[in-house]
Amino acid sequence: MASQHHEEHAHGSLKQYVLGFVLSIILTIIPLVVVLNDMFNTTTTMVVLLASAVAQLLVQLFFFMHIRDEKGPKYNMVALVFAGLMLLTIVIGSIFVMANNVLIQ
Amino acid sequence: MSQAVSHDHEHHDHGHIDQNKLKQFGFWLFMMTDVILFASLFATFIVLRDNTSAGPIGADLIEINGIIVSTFILLTSSFTSGLALLEMNKGNKKGLIFWLVVTVALGLGFLGLEISEFIHLVHEGAAIHTSAYWSAFFTLVGTHGLHVTVGIVWIIGICLQLAKRGITPDTRRRVNITSLYWHFLDVVWIFVFTIVYLMEVM
Repeated sequence: MASQHHEEHAHGSLKQYVLGFVLSIILTIIPLVVVLNDMFNTTTTMVVLLASAVAQLLVQLFFFMHIRDEKGPKYNMVALVFAGLMLLTIVIGSIFVMANNVLIQ
Repeated sequence: MSQAVSHDHEHHDHGHIDQNKLKQFGFWLFMMTDVILFASLFATFIVLRDNTSAGPIGADLIEINGIIVSTFILLTSSFTSGLALLEMNKGNKKGLIFWLVVTVALGLGFLGLEISEFIHLVHEGAAIHTSAYWSAFFTLVGTHGLHVTVGIVWIIGICLQLAKRGITPDTRRRVNITSLYWHFLDVVWIFVFTIVYLMEVM
């Protein structure tokens, strides 16, 4: 069956999974070391933590979820970008609004 | 989507239409809406994290060692669900079921640690009604735990189906979808781990 054939191509290799796993472990250990040893001030720590988390998100998307492997129009990418936009709007919007509500208090 | 359906016939002639792909895309859309659900819960937690109502805060009670262990357990289970996929692509049913069972076992380990953490927190006087902080905490972490529970039940069901029917286009699609779902849960946990736990104890 044609679909099976092209699905077989679409799911990466052992090398890809192992690489993704190793990268994920490294990206989990970096923030741990930084936090548990109190290495930096609050702002730097926040930046390191968020950067590691986002990097690990990308590792999982590319190495585990094979986001790039979709053939034809990249509808899944469109949905992902939209969800990301909603996520940033909700989270950053909430933080912004609640940080500026001194008048009500 | 209606466009895709109306062109169904046309595509079929060219051998391009793939119902399995369409169903996987439908599941992908569900996961993207789930992202928005978690975005709301994260936003709630971040906004309410200072409202502890003079009660205990996370930094007092969280035992980070247990959280580190559960993080690595979930990360490993994400990897083993990928290995299951590789075995499926090789056509190896036994290997596929083996790695799915390993994934479920790791998922159960994660869930066990989470439940014992919740029990510990409640014993220490931090229940869901204690303060806005703990309401947001239990809702966010609990919703993730609920997703993991659903995933475990689902993967067990698929293991049974695989044992009975073998690797067919249908079971293949289901394994693909659960594997995506499981990776997704790991991604959500990365942010729970970072924002709820690490930022709390730093």
